[in-house]
Amino acid sequence: MSKLKINNLSCQRGYNLLFENLSFELNSGEVLKISGPNGSGKTSFMKILAGLHSYETGSVEYGDAKINSEKYNLDFLYQGHLSALSPELSCLENLKYIAQLGNNNHNLDFSDALKKVGLEKFENELVGKLSAGQKKRIALSLLFITQSKVWLLDEPFSALDSKAIKIIETRIEDHCNSGGLCILTTHQECNIKNIKEISL
Amino acid sequence: MALRNPSSFLNPLMFFVISISLFPIAISPESQTLSSIAPGIIWVITMLSVLLSLNSLFHYDYDSGVLEQMVISHHSLPLILLAKTSAHWILSGLPIIVLSPFLGMALFINIEGIYILILTLIIATPCLSLIGSIGASLVVGIKNSGMLLSLLILPLYIPILIFATSAVSQSQSNLPIDGQLYFLGFILILSLLVTPFLSALSLKISME
Repeated sequence: MSKLKINNLSCQRGYNLLFENLSFELNSGEVLKISGPNGSGKTSFMKILAGLHSYETGSVEYGDAKINSEKYNLDFLYQGHLSALSPELSCLENLKYIAQLGNNNHNLDFSDALKKVGLEKFENELVGKLSAGQKKRIALSLLFITQSKVWLLDEPFSALDSKAIKIIETRIEDHCNSGGLCILTTHQECNIKNIKEISL
Repeated sequence: MALRNPSSFLNPLMFFVISISLFPIAISPESQTLSSIAPGIIWVITMLSVLLSLNSLFHYDYDSGVLEQMVISHHSLPLILLAKTSAHWILSGLPIIVLSPFLGMALFINIEGIYILILTLIIATPCLSLIGSIGASLVVGIKNSGMLLSLLILPLYIPILIFATSAVSQSQSNLPIDGQLYFLGFILILSLLVTPFLSALSLKISME
């Protein structure tokens, strides 16, 4: 059972207090949507959970694992605004490269992951030549091979068409049904079952 | 990746070759004059061309978001950075080592001096990449940081410059150079042991 507990978290960037006293608990199988206006600290919060940013007060509890410990990093998958793709590499090469950095099942077929997001014909195409939506699809194809339990998805639906959004929503539901956790930020409506929501 | 974007390593290499070939025109084509200043010329230009290539060490990965994934990876960040720095040396230091005998001969360095020039470059160019990686990781989020990077890194390169040029110059006069080589070897071992950890630390600070 995975459980993520956030206690009285507050975050400041420069002279701006982005949020304070943020507390919630998330158990296995739950999805949390974080909404809020631009600049409210959604991305900063996701980066705090990913271990990329520091926070002023409060704590993040994930079992006995500390932020940035090996176990924590193995269990967390972070997908930020940036797609983490190198334009000089092909779709397949990029996927293999990013998969090696994270907690992924290397026995799975990477081509299959690309097929699931509708990019089977672009395996050997250089990423630099693809559209923003296609790049986002490649980045999200990682969701089909990752073994991480907690997914942190920052604006996962931006630049995606409705068909791709449906594929990702279904994948998130499957992940949570198998005991995973997911936190996502988005300005769009989500059709994910039993989704919790908090606003910053 | 570099082969698909060759300008990233060819530009510093072209700078190395062109800059060195301009010195005989600007100073004097006389063999005696050139051979006495050649070690200094080659080593200064080597440092500047490595410095020129350092900007691209983390810059593209930072812009694409790959660097974020490296920082939060469960693999050891110092090891990842050591691997990246090794790749940087293969693309920036190794071609310089290969070209240096030809440029050394063009500047009338004798055969003994050429051997020592290659040896000092083999020992010390990895140090340039390793020490440079600390500066590159510190300025990774800053735009147009070339000048800042030079200010941070060049002072750290000075001991390498002094001992490497001194080794080549003294070998041309058949003087012992053991001390200089030991010092360069010490810097290499120290850089290998310390810089990956310092780069990882500075990278985490820069990503904040």
